[in-house]
Amino acid sequence: MRAVRATAGAEVAEATGAAEVRIVSGGRVRGMGVFLVLLAALAILGFVLRVPAKAHATFLLTAPPAISVAPLTMSVRWTAGVLAVLCGALGVLLVVRRQQRGAYLLFGLGFALFLWAFLVWAARGAQLNFVEMLVTTLISTTPLVFGALSGVMCERSGVINIAIEGQFLAGAFLGAMIGSVSGDLWLGMLAGAVAGGLFGWLLAFLALRYAVDQIIVGVVIVAFCTGLTNFLTEQVLTPDQTTLNSPQTFAPIAIPLFDKIPILGPVLFDENIFVYLAAILLVVVHVGLFRTRWGLRVRAVGEHPRAAETVGIHVLSVRYRNVILGGVIAGIGGASFTIGSVGEFSSEMTAGLGYVALAAMIFGRWRPFGALGASLLFGFSVSLQSFLAVLNVGIPSPFLAMAPYVITIAVVSGLVGRVRPPAADGAPYRRE
Amino acid sequence: MTSGGEAAAPRAPRAWTVPLRKLAQANVAVVTLLSVVSALVLGAVLIIATTPAVLHAIGHIGSHPGRALGLTGAAVGDAYWAMFSGAIFSPSALGHVVSTGHGWVALFTPLSETLVSATPLVLAGLGVAIGFSTGVFNIGAQGQLIAGALAALYVGFEVQLPIGIHVPLVLLAGAAGGAAAGFVPGFLKARTGAHEVITTIMFNYVMLNLLDYLLSVSPFQQPGQSNAISRTMPATARLPHLFGSGLRANLGLLVALAAVAGAAWFTRRSTLGFSFRVIGLNPAAGKTAGIDARRVTVLVLVISGALAGLAGTASLAGTDFFLSSGYGGNIGFDAITVALLGRNRPVGVLFAGLLFGALDVGGRNMQAVTGIPLDLASVIQALIVMFVATPVLVREIFRLRGGGGGSSLQLATGGWGG
Repeated sequence: MRAVRATAGAEVAEATGAAEVRIVSGGRVRGMGVFLVLLAALAILGFVLRVPAKAHATFLLTAPPAISVAPLTMSVRWTAGVLAVLCGALGVLLVVRRQQRGAYLLFGLGFALFLWAFLVWAARGAQLNFVEMLVTTLISTTPLVFGALSGVMCERSGVINIAIEGQFLAGAFLGAMIGSVSGDLWLGMLAGAVAGGLFGWLLAFLALRYAVDQIIVGVVIVAFCTGLTNFLTEQVLTPDQTTLNSPQTFAPIAIPLFDKIPILGPVLFDENIFVYLAAILLVVVHVGLFRTRWGLRVRAVGEHPRAAETVGIHVLSVRYRNVILGGVIAGIGGASFTIGSVGEFSSEMTAGLGYVALAAMIFGRWRPFGALGASLLFGFSVSLQSFLAVLNVGIPSPFLAMAPYVITIAVVSGLVGRVRPPAADGAPYRRE
Repeated sequence: MTSGGEAAAPRAPRAWTVPLRKLAQANVAVVTLLSVVSALVLGAVLIIATTPAVLHAIGHIGSHPGRALGLTGAAVGDAYWAMFSGAIFSPSALGHVVSTGHGWVALFTPLSETLVSATPLVLAGLGVAIGFSTGVFNIGAQGQLIAGALAALYVGFEVQLPIGIHVPLVLLAGAAGGAAAGFVPGFLKARTGAHEVITTIMFNYVMLNLLDYLLSVSPFQQPGQSNAISRTMPATARLPHLFGSGLRANLGLLVALAAVAGAAWFTRRSTLGFSFRVIGLNPAAGKTAGIDARRVTVLVLVISGALAGLAGTASLAGTDFFLSSGYGGNIGFDAITVALLGRNRPVGVLFAGLLFGALDVGGRNMQAVTGIPLDLASVIQALIVMFVATPVLVREIFRLRGGGGGSSLQLATGGWGG
C-alpha cells in the first residue's frame, strides 16, 4: 500500500530541467501534518495560555538606509493564538489532503507561522529588531552558500568534496594575509580564491589521477588545512599581527533606491560584495548546470561517465575543471570569513561550517537553490539564537547554540530522508 | 578495502638491482615508512620557510654557504630531535641514569606519555575503522567521546564502590554513553535514511554544547566553582597506573589492547562481524543473503560509539580526572585519520595510533624546547595519511618499481551510498 502511494507521489521535476524523481511518501506527508498540529498545541499551551493577557511584543521594522516604518506592536496572546490556530489548520490540511504536491510548501508555511508565534512570545514586553535579524540571517547564510555551491560543482561532476571546511580555512587565511600585506581587499579575495582552488586541484589530482577514495582525500585535506593554518597563524601571523593579519573589510555597497525599500532594502540591497557575489554565483551555477551545454556535460559525467566518454566528453578534464572551480568558490567563501566580516584570521575560525555547507548541499538535493534554502534555514537559526540570547528568554545559552544543529538533524531526518546523489558520485573513473 | 592494483610490467632483472628490486616490490610497511619520511621532509621545508633567521641565511647562501646550511640543519634538526626525545627516548636521561643510578622515571616518561596519548586514538580509531569497513562514515567520534566521558564521570562521582568494582563500572558506563550517542544517528539512518555523515557531524556540536551546559549546572559542575569545570573523578574510579605512580601509563592502555584484539576477533571470526564485512563489501549481496542492512547500520554505529565512549573514559579516568569545555579536543577527528592510516584493520589502527600519539607528544616537547608550534605535528600526520593513501605517488617519488604497497586506498563504499 505504502509503495503504491509512493509511486503515485513521484513527480518528475521537469520544470527545472533535471531528470530527477522526487518521492515523498504519503506517510511522511501525514507525519509532517501531525508535527504541525503538535507545534500548534505547543504554541497554544506555551505562548497563549501561560502569558498575561496584557503582554505585548514590539517588532522594529526599520534599519538605517530604508524608509522608516512604524514598529509593529502586537498582543502576545491574540497574535500567537491566531498564528497557532493557522499552523494547526495547515497541519490538519496536510493530514486530510494527503497529497504530495505542495506538501513541503505547506509544511514550510506552517513552520514559519509557528516560528512567528514563538518570536512574538520571546519578545513579550520587549522590542525585537526584525530587520536586523534578517540581516544577521543573510550574513550567516553567505559562506554556507559558497560552500554548498562548491559542493554542487564538484559532486554534479561525480567527485565528492568533503574538503570544503579545509578550503574555507585556506581561503580565510590567505585572504586575510594577502589583504593585510597588500592593503588591497580585491587582491585578498583573489588570494582566497587561489588558495581554495589549490586545494581543489589537490583533491582532483589525488582523486582523479591516483583514484584515491575521495572521502579520504577530503578528510585529509581538512586535517592538513587545519594543521597548516594553525601552525602558520602561530608561527607567522601572531608575531607580526599588525602587518600580516589586520586587513580592512569590504564595506557594504548600498544599491541606490532599492536600499530604501522598507524591511527588504537593508537586508538585500545594503550588503558587502560577498553577498552579491554569492547571489550571482547561485544564478550562474544554476543556469549553467541546468540550461547550458556545459551543464549537461557535467551532469552526464556525474551520472554516467562511461556514456559521456562514448559521446566524446573527456570525463577527467570535466572533473578536474569542476573540482578546481569548486575549490575557487569555497576559497572565496573562506575569504568572506575574514575580509568580509571580522577582519582578522583566527585559528579554526570556520568552526565546522564547511561541513554544515556540505549538509546544506545534500539537504538541497545537489541543487543550487535547494542548497540556498537549506543554508537560509541554518542561517536563520543562527540569527535566532543570537537574538534570543539578547532577549533573555530563559533558555540556557548552550541550548540556543545547539539549536541550528538540532534543526539540521531534524530537517534532514524528518523532511529529507533518503536522498539520491549523482549516480557516479564518489566513484573513481578509469578509461578503458 | 583495496581494489585490484595495476601491476607495472616487470622488466628483465639485472644482478646488481636485485636488492633494490626487493625493496621495490615494496610492501605496505616500506611504503608507510617512505610516507613518514616524505611527510617529515615536507615538515622540514615548512620549518625552514617560516623561520626568518634561516630564510635570511639562505638568502646569503652565496657568500656564507656554511652558515646557511648550518642554520638550516640546526633549525630542522633541533625540532625533530626535540620531537624524538620527547616522544620516545632521550639520551641525556639515559646518561643521567648511567651516571647516578637514578632517574628511571624520567627515562621512561616519553614512552609512557606516547602510550597515554595513543590510547584514546586507538580506541576511537577502532570505532571509526569498524564503521569505514562496513560502509558507515562515523564522523561523530568527538560527540560520542564526550557522551562516554559524561556517563563515566557520572558513575564516577555518584556511586561509592571499592576500586575493583568501581573501575569496571566506570568503563562500562563510558562505553554505554558512547553507544547511546552512536545509536541516535544509527537509528535515524535506519529509520528515516538521514545520512550519518550529516547527523554525526551535527551531533558533535550538539554534544559540545550539551557538555557546556552540564558543566555549568549541578550535579556535574564542581561545587563552589563558577567556571565551567566538572567535579573530579574520585580515587576509586581512576584507572590504576601500570608502571608505578611516576609514569602516567595506565589501565586504559590494556583496555585499548584488548579492544584491538577484540576487534580483530570480531571482524575476522564472529558471525556478526562477517555480516558487517559483507554489507561493507557488497551491500546488495548482503541483502540477498538475508542480512538486515538497517540492523547492521545501527549496530555499527552503536559499537563505534561505544569505542569512542571508551576513548573518552580512558583519558578522563586515566589522566585528566575532570571535564572542561571542548573536552577531547581533536581526538575525534584524529581518530578518522588514524583509522585511514591503519587501513581500517585493528592492528593497523594500533600502530597508527601509536605513531600519532608519539607525534602529538613529540610535538608538545618540540614546542616547549624550540618554540615551533605543535600544530606541525598535525600537518605531518595529515601528510603521512595522504601519502599512505596514495602508494602509487610514493612509488613514483622514490622511483620504486613493482606494484607493491597496495593500490590507492578505497573505503568499503563508493560515495554517499545513497
